[in-house]
Amino acid sequence: MLEQMTARLDFHGKALMLRSQRQQVLASNIANADTPGYVARDFDFAQALQKATGAHASEGVALTDARHLSLQGPAGAPRADLAYAVQTQPSQDRNTVDLDRERANFVDNTVRYESTLRFINGHVKTMLSAITGQ
Amino acid sequence: MSMFAIFNVSGSAVSAQAQRLNVVASNLANADAVAGPDGKSYKARQVQFQTVPMGGPGSAGVKVQTVTESEQPGRRVFQPDHPGADGEGYVTHSNVNPVEEMVNMISASRSYQNNVEVMNTAKSLLLKTLQMGS
Repeated sequence: MLEQMTARLDFHGKALMLRSQRQQVLASNIANADTPGYVARDFDFAQALQKATGAHASEGVALTDARHLSLQGPAGAPRADLAYAVQTQPSQDRNTVDLDRERANFVDNTVRYESTLRFINGHVKTMLSAITGQ
Repeated sequence: MSMFAIFNVSGSAVSAQAQRLNVVASNLANADAVAGPDGKSYKARQVQFQTVPMGGPGSAGVKVQTVTESEQPGRRVFQPDHPGADGEGYVTHSNVNPVEEMVNMISASRSYQNNVEVMNTAKSLLLKTLQMGS
């Protein structure tokens, strides 16, 4: 019973962790906007969330026996596979940070982080009112 | 909590940009300096940025690797009555190009502002995360 109540909270928690991880990657890109030779990093959020929540059933090993252990556990924070951002305007010092794009991504990620927070808060309120029964 | 790493990353960028601004300021201050008694004039300085890894993957800060001096010849002005004039009546000024320095200053100031904004956003997100569930 309690598992059903917290399953959605778990999903949003993973999404929140991935959002904060992406925020950090974008902050690194903005910090290195003037560093020669720096290559901008980013990751595909949808793919990372799918991987974190185990929505990709095809990946990994099939469980054919009840005694088999599942490979994907709740162990630790979800990790995203970092990739390299596509260069838009080549520059002389081989820096691939597009500051306009990074800023836009940063703001977008901020808003989405806050919306995930609101989902969590709303869910907590719902559960509390269910518990207190008022 | 990976959001706290943003303060390290952006903080390193802010201090690197501040050092760049400092170098620009000393270049501009010495733009009209003439050669001293040793016959050597002020040489324009420039910072070299370098990426430093900070903790987890994808989190990269900045540091000033070295401060290099420009090897361009100083500006020579014909002023025979100047106390610093050489045998031919020329005074050697510094090799600072004020236009380049102004451009450098604007770039450093914009980068500084960007990183401060990133830190402000991270701070407000962390404060909102702190109030989660209330």
